[in-house]
Amino acid sequence: MNAINRHEQNALSRAVLEIDVNNHPGVMSHVVGLFSRRAYNVEGILCLPLDDGSRSRIWLLVNEDQRLPQMMKQVGKLEDVIGIRRHNADHAVFQNLENFFRG
Amino acid sequence: MTDTLNGAQITIRLLERQGIRTVAGIPGGAILPIYDALGQSSIIHHVLARHEQGAGFMAQGMARASGQTAVCLASSGPGATNLLTAIADAKLDSIPLVAITGQVPKAMIGTDAFQEVDTYGLSIPITKHNFLVSSAEELLEVIPRAFELAASGRPGPVLVDIPKDVQMQVIDIGEWPAPGRRQPPPEPDGWALSEAAAMINAAKRPILYLGGGVVHSGASGQAVRLAEKAGLPTVMTLMGLGAMPVDHALSLGMLGMHAARYTNLALDECDLLIAVGARFDDRATGKVAAFCPQAKIIHIDIDPAELDKIKTAHIGITADVDAALLRLTPAVAENRRTQWLQRIADLKSEYPLVMPEQDNPLSHFGLIRTVAACLDDEATIATDVGQHQMWVAQAYPLRRPRQWLTSGGLGTMGFGVPAAIGAALAEPERTVVCFTGDGSILMNIQELVTAAEEGANVKIVLMNNATLGLVHQQQTLFYGERLFASQFKSTPDFVKVAQGFGIAAVDLDQAANPCAALMEAINRPGPCLIHASIDAEQKVYPMVPPGAANRDMIGA
Repeated sequence: MNAINRHEQNALSRAVLEIDVNNHPGVMSHVVGLFSRRAYNVEGILCLPLDDGSRSRIWLLVNEDQRLPQMMKQVGKLEDVIGIRRHNADHAVFQNLENFFRG
Repeated sequence: MTDTLNGAQITIRLLERQGIRTVAGIPGGAILPIYDALGQSSIIHHVLARHEQGAGFMAQGMARASGQTAVCLASSGPGATNLLTAIADAKLDSIPLVAITGQVPKAMIGTDAFQEVDTYGLSIPITKHNFLVSSAEELLEVIPRAFELAASGRPGPVLVDIPKDVQMQVIDIGEWPAPGRRQPPPEPDGWALSEAAAMINAAKRPILYLGGGVVHSGASGQAVRLAEKAGLPTVMTLMGLGAMPVDHALSLGMLGMHAARYTNLALDECDLLIAVGARFDDRATGKVAAFCPQAKIIHIDIDPAELDKIKTAHIGITADVDAALLRLTPAVAENRRTQWLQRIADLKSEYPLVMPEQDNPLSHFGLIRTVAACLDDEATIATDVGQHQMWVAQAYPLRRPRQWLTSGGLGTMGFGVPAAIGAALAEPERTVVCFTGDGSILMNIQELVTAAEEGANVKIVLMNNATLGLVHQQQTLFYGERLFASQFKSTPDFVKVAQGFGIAAVDLDQAANPCAALMEAINRPGPCLIHASIDAEQKVYPMVPPGAANRDMIGA
């Protein structure tokens, strides 16, 4: 872990998922449940409502894994998921958050 | 015209408008308003199960036999948790089900109220989708949507949790929503279909691999036409049995863990596998890396997540399989495939499925074959889970889609009796046979009284070896014959138990002429238990040991 810096680690082995969902109670459980049942850790989550609040956008930071394409298909099948896009780990959304995550 | 109704009455009216005529369930405090409304319905017949899991499997039996979405009801808390196994079973076998549960009033949710459980949270991973309804108005949207979701795409169970105060909330309804219907599936990709046709035409040793999706899609006839035109030997999964008559010249029967040797050996040699509505389940494939090792793969499924999940397909087609086969068949060349079919014939004669004692109705295969001889293809065959299930899958001449009702993916002991009752209620003109074991039947035996109450035309063939047969078999073969917890030291008198529940019963062990006694029991209308003792040392053979390649089968 110490041999490569955090940024390199991200670039090597992580992906960012952008998921548009209907905004009502339980949707987050549906999404993250697909990961937890496969013992697939979610490293980071950001979520806020969009526009009028009827939809939300969930950003997930996950490890790259050979299961990721299947995970994305499973997420895409959820009734409350409108769309899912995959980005590289260097996507800006999880950057500059260090101040909120100091021990 | 405006109707003024409460949420419960709205729910029942929406079920009526969906075309629901029979529901199974058990009332309880949190669903009493719905039961009050249901009691006033002159259209819907309510079947009172004796355990909510029984209600869930009755609904499954209705759905599996008819292909139509079926409904089960339960109260909150234990009512809902008792339903979960039947819902999970429907998820794994893609059965369209709408489960409606009562919930404590909204204001009490989260207070650990009496009979409160997080039904929504519990049902997330085992449903296709679920709803917690927060107002009576919402029911007008949610109930039709639940039916649309259950039946569209890959079918599955949908749960609707309705708090008691929502059931009692009175609103005015101006216009009723249209019933929820199956949405048209995506059109198959024409380019991929023509590539698939070219691959079939170029293949020397192709095999068609039919799964439960073929049955769900109503594609059996089209699958047989494709096989006949292109000369395709055809294997079926446990869920696909009946898609092609098992005695069709091109049928290789069931593949996988308990397939005939010739079936798995043919797959080992194939150069093209055409998977249709099948999901490469581990019981079908054995060790995946060694499954059809020489084959290119065409995979057609309505669920895009099934493509490339276990095996990477050379051509993957997301489509309703009936629509895809309808377009694929004209594009493939007529081919008699003499060489390959000769090779298949040689494998069949060299490595046949051995079924000893077929003429002895008190042997496992003999009993199954004798039952089959008493019936025609109109009969519906249900099973429980265990050795008997595999023997029936191997030996019963299944020839019709939806003839065969079995718990495939979840493998739920206790499935058989209530599913058979549900099938008999959905199609009262048919005789429904349920093969079961002494382990399985005890897991939902309380539904015998439901069968009696409904006069359901179910014949329960109990193959009693006083063991948990598949456990006994695995302990014998793979755990150094250390038999533990697989032999029952006490067994009930099943004939008396059945009679005590109010249904006829016959013991073939005691019959002077077992064949005649069996035929008489099957032909007598109404429910009947047919008991026969079988040898506990009999194994389901051949068998692929867990984790092994399908070519490495053991036993007969």
